Amino acid sequence: MELEYVYKRPSAISSEADGYCPGCLHSTANRIIAEVLDEMDAVGRTIAVFPVGCAVLSAGYFLTDMTIAAHGRAPAVACAIKRCRPDRLVFTYQGDGDLAAIGMCETIHTANRGENITVIFINNSIFGMTGGQMAPTTLIGQASTTGGPSRNPDEVGYPFKMCELINQLEAPKYIARFALDSVPHIREAKKGIKRAFSIQMNGGGYSFVELISNCSTNWKTTPLKSLKFMREKMIPYYPLGEFRKPEEEE
Amino acid sequence: MFLINIDFQKCKACGYCIQVCPNKVLAAGSELNEKGYAVTIPERLDKCVGCSMCATVCPEAAIEILKSKTTPQERNAR
Ligand SMILES: Cc1ncc(C[n+]2csc(CCOP(=O)(O)OP(=O)(O)O)c2C)c(N)n1
Ligand code: SF4
Ligand code: SF4
Repeated sequence: MELEYVYKRPSAISSEADGYCPGCLHSTANRIIAEVLDEMDAVGRTIAVFPVGCAVLSAGYFLTDMTIAAHGRAPAVACAIKRCRPDRLVFTYQGDGDLAAIGMCETIHTANRGENITVIFINNSIFGMTGGQMAPTTLIGQASTTGGPSRNPDEVGYPFKMCELINQLEAPKYIARFALDSVPHIREAKKGIKRAFSIQMNGGGYSFVELISNCSTNWKTTPLKSLKFMREKMIPYYPLGEFRKPEEEE
Repeated sequence: MFLINIDFQKCKACGYCIQVCPNKVLAAGSELNEKGYAVTIPERLDKCVGCSMCATVCPEAAIEILKSKTTPQERNAR
């Protein structure tokens, strides 16, 4: 019997890849990035920069070159790498605590300089690795160990909308938000990542891709119920779409 | 005709693939892997249309889908 693949595990992922909780969409994000790297035949010329947080577990996933930055500093490290090796595809992969709390300064200044790198931002509205502390992206009314049973904006302010914030700057070339909760959304997200990587490889400039994700462990729910939370609470607050793309793409 | 290979050690029994399959091909299994997850099984493979929605939602990239090029005539002949 002759067989052909309809879907094959991406070759950019290590066969030993493991580490995330069951149903954690960090793994889905890794999978689609790996699919894009395979499709672009880019594994051998990619340098990934991983952060601190659960997102660092991805360092065990990819068969690309990589490094791990201090908490929040991934964009600064990625700039340095890209400036030394402009021929390489350089991306950071960061959670919301890393990117929007301790790393807010590096995030904004890298975007403002229009560095020719891609930032992939996993927004799961909580600190994953350290056990569910409030993130800058925790929703109003959402529970966290440091924000109490319900985030109160009078005390701790409102959740940052990072795409909208970066969209105020002149230099960025591609800014988009996708979600990982469903088949159509995952397919859109993959297209967006490919677009961002292509813009970078054509010397186009800074790209920012936010992926609405989950953390069923610290949301204290099941993977399937976490998808419901994403659809009912997160996506309405964090609208999906391409906020900015190069003119020729429109 | 399609084949669904679910990597026994990689599945974490999140249930996403079971929920997304339009033809209810997949079901929760009872056998545990080394990590202690009850690995999902392609219980009604004959209903699979090869849409690859299960593989699209599988975080672990545990699902691979293959298509046999065997014609219905060849199958009937067996
Ligand atoms: C300088 C420094 N401060 C604090 C920490 C502790 N720390 C580790 S992970 C983390 C939060 C990560 O959360 P997030 O970026 O949302 O990533 P996730 O785990 O959700 O992927 C913190 C505060 C650290 N490792 N280094
Ligand atoms: S703690 Fe949360 S973010 Fe970290 S692996 Fe588990 S589900 Fe994913
Ligand atoms: S989606 Fe993947 S990990 Fe989840 S139950 Fe199905 S095969 Fe297992």
